[in-house]
Amino acid sequence: MVDLMIKNSDETKVKSPKQAVSKLKNTIEKKTVFGTKNFNLWYGSHHALKDIQLDIKENDVTAIIGPSGCGKSTYIKALNRMVELVPIVKTSGEINYRGRNIFESSYEVEELRTKVGMVFQKPNPFPKSIYDNIAYGPRIHGIKNKKILDEIVEKSLRGAAIWDEVKDRLNQNAYGLSGGQQQRICIARCLAIEPDVILMDEPTSALDPISTLKVEELVQELKDNYSIIIVTHNMQQAARISDKTAFFLNGEVVEFDYTDKIFSTPRDGRTEDYISGRFG
Amino acid sequence: MKYIDDTVVMKRMKSRLQINKFWKAIFFIATSLALFALVILLVRILSQGTGYLNWDFFSNFGSRFAEKAGIKAALIGSIYLMLVIAPVSMILGVGTAIYLEEYAKKNKFTDFIQMNISNLAGVPSIVFGLLGLTIFARMLFLGKSILAAGLTMSLLILPVIIVAAQEAIRAVPKEQREASYGMGATKWQTITRVVLPAAIPGILTGSILALSRAVGETAPLVVLGIPVILQFLPDSLLSEFTTLPLQIYDWAKRPQEEFQYVAAAGIIVLMALLVIMNSIAIFIRNKFQKRY
Repeated sequence: MVDLMIKNSDETKVKSPKQAVSKLKNTIEKKTVFGTKNFNLWYGSHHALKDIQLDIKENDVTAIIGPSGCGKSTYIKALNRMVELVPIVKTSGEINYRGRNIFESSYEVEELRTKVGMVFQKPNPFPKSIYDNIAYGPRIHGIKNKKILDEIVEKSLRGAAIWDEVKDRLNQNAYGLSGGQQQRICIARCLAIEPDVILMDEPTSALDPISTLKVEELVQELKDNYSIIIVTHNMQQAARISDKTAFFLNGEVVEFDYTDKIFSTPRDGRTEDYISGRFG
Repeated sequence: MKYIDDTVVMKRMKSRLQINKFWKAIFFIATSLALFALVILLVRILSQGTGYLNWDFFSNFGSRFAEKAGIKAALIGSIYLMLVIAPVSMILGVGTAIYLEEYAKKNKFTDFIQMNISNLAGVPSIVFGLLGLTIFARMLFLGKSILAAGLTMSLLILPVIIVAAQEAIRAVPKEQREASYGMGATKWQTITRVVLPAAIPGILTGSILALSRAVGETAPLVVLGIPVILQFLPDSLLSEFTTLPLQIYDWAKRPQEEFQYVAAAGIIVLMALLVIMNSIAIFIRNKFQKRY
């Protein structure tokens, strides 16, 4: 307990200079990964996303918060066009990934998803061995060489901070792992395709607090090499791990700014109501 | 203010429990009657037929004399027939199921197709026999061959296989597909690497059960004019042949009492074949089924 408290107070001390640095970096002008312009999305006649304008920068952790049904999951699933699995979806406007509109008819969705990986709400490993789970992505992209696959598997598992836990049982079924381990396997599986952006759709909502902590620490490590966009129900989580936060409400972006600003001095009254727990 | 009055509850308790017991008894009787019928059937067949079950029965062709009558041609014929039906119906059936579940857009047209597949499953088998006679036997000049009968039977069980395969494919969780698509896999890669491995047990179970229905089927073969007794084995897919149910039918309708026993022996062979096939289906289901 004492340990924990010391650790906590340490963290708060370190945190503000760290965030100051990242803020400074931002002012130097980071490149935009995802530029969203006048983006609208309908499920049948339900207008789920309304005129979204959002610029997501490179190597940031961007958190998306908001009450249930506000469109935050829909938005993140639009970024890798996963929403298209729902047949009645219609869109208008643009989402530009590295300057190119992903809804352009010539943009192959497979190409986009190789660059933009996704971690889902419920851990969803395949009912295969741990090794085959991680090697799935590289294999579909044509890598057959066993030695290269071995290296990718180890690198990805190390990247997801789970190598030490599973290195002796790579041939066992991934379903034998705990929920938290399964989720980190899914993150490793995502890293194995060497993406540029990682989308996380409430990745810790099905996990216990300790597993949640591990995933959060992992996100902090991953942000050096990847741009991360994370949808979360948990406002403390958004405050702990993200550089920028977007607050969604009824399909609109109410506010998008640096996380410390959103949580200390929000511009909009609705943001303040939400983060102080008055609704949602 | 309480809405549930304890004294009223206690008063009604006895009659509620009695009604519960009554229905339990009804359901038990229903189950017992079905089992009873099955046991009578089995006892009768076994007591009549086992006497004729010997090596000669398996190695002889049909005969006018009961003691010389054998099942060789029919057993081999049924197996040949299966060898045609299994690949044809499974390739067409699973292909259709994959198309409908994974590729086709859900609209009025696919709804219409879906409805008709379900309807086809209920069409009497003799109608399929007429279809086979017109198309395979006459238009394609396949006559009374194994191929003509196999294709006809494939059509007969195709709807059942399609529906079973569709259900197996639909049972693969959406999250599994999302994981695969999320890494940039194409539809085909997702189908071969994620969907089919998970759906194969269900597909095989359904297919084998459908196949055993085809093996026991007679009506379409009668329409095609397949002979009931043959003195030779088929040498190609285009030769004439006979099958177990037809052979049994022929024996059962003969006036001599001994042939009733021969028919019973034939039924035992047919039932053994079906039990083996169903066991394989159950084995596959238990062995390879994955739980999520």
